[in-house]
Amino acid sequence: MSRPEHIAPPEIFYGDTEARKYTDNSRIASIQAEMAYRALELLNLPEGPAYLLDVGCGSGLSGEILEEEGHFWVGMDIAPSMLDVAQERDAEGDLFLQDAGQGVGFRPGTFDGAISISVLQWLCNADKQINRPKARLQRFFSTLYASLRKGARAIFQFYPENDDQIQLIIDVATRCGFEGGLLIDYPNSRKAKKYYLCLFAGQQTGVRNMMPKALGQDGELHPDEVKDSVVYENKRQIQRRRKSSSRKSVKNKDWIQHKKEIARERGDKPVARDSKFTGRKRKVKF
Amino acid sequence: MRLITHNMLQCHVKNCNTNNFPLHFQDAQLELIEADFNPEFLINMLPKLEWEALVNTTLQLGISTLPADLPENATENEEFLKLLHNTILETHVQQGKMICPNCNHEYKIKDGIPNMLLAEHEI
Repeated sequence: MSRPEHIAPPEIFYGDTEARKYTDNSRIASIQAEMAYRALELLNLPEGPAYLLDVGCGSGLSGEILEEEGHFWVGMDIAPSMLDVAQERDAEGDLFLQDAGQGVGFRPGTFDGAISISVLQWLCNADKQINRPKARLQRFFSTLYASLRKGARAIFQFYPENDDQIQLIIDVATRCGFEGGLLIDYPNSRKAKKYYLCLFAGQQTGVRNMMPKALGQDGELHPDEVKDSVVYENKRQIQRRRKSSSRKSVKNKDWIQHKKEIARERGDKPVARDSKFTGRKRKVKF
Repeated sequence: MRLITHNMLQCHVKNCNTNNFPLHFQDAQLELIEADFNPEFLINMLPKLEWEALVNTTLQLGISTLPADLPENATENEEFLKLLHNTILETHVQQGKMICPNCNHEYKIKDGIPNMLLAEHEI
């Protein structure tokens, strides 16, 4: 299956049917929610309700997470069908039908932070002949930088097509004044591996910007993958073969007594008296 | 779109950099939707608000309840905060247009969602 952004421009790919399918799919919704929580964590916001921007908010799956955590959000998306679904689901954020590549039109210092879930790769394609991805990225990042408060962060979870794309994005973002870098969660897992571009718009006074720590670096597994994996032991234990001597010997004194009791109870033939010679160990002559 | 977000909006047409804020409303239809009162959020947002622009916008829309200047002890004045909450967080513009005072670009608003898409020559 080819990448969605190679099939059609986002406003066409996310038409009415796809928008509904995307939002109703519980697996997609749970992954989007998980990524939104992680992005919010990476934003490292101070205590209290914040005013946040959700770039490519779609049907409001990530916006819902922001709401639940007590924040106010503004969402922009290029696909009208997705925004319709967001309204149906009573998304509380202010929604805008907007193309991020045309610029983020907000006053300087408006937002306390920005998140974007599964969107940035769409900005790297030239859908219309007049578009040039690099120019669009430039317009987006420069206007985003201006709209963020000093010291605020922008966290982008996205699916890069290749290293060139990653390099292009980081180059443009850096040129627009952002600091930061790429963070990869669960880098060794095929399914759980996620890319987060963490950008810092300037520095909060007195606080140095530090790249957050990625998950899964010390070999820990994503919770969904723990049960599927094989756990390797440190030592290889050689299992000893059980000797046939563990079988009960037939000529034990207990066994002889037991058989004599049964015979006495049956009573059809006389049974010898028990004496000190019963079941005595004899010298092996044979 | 709430009035608080409108107070943050500016025109993003290419080279439209001065006097591109605030966007003037035309044929605006308002709706009041209740929201939980959150004084902490309002206090955080106060320094970001452009008060003069907010007052002018509300007058344009036919709302004359806001004072012309920010009161001195705004952060402690609960009555003022409640009024502010009602104005910027509960007042939604559902239909209408926004016009840039500089380049005159028209942004239409339909069902509460403004259309910010630009034409080819404006990018």
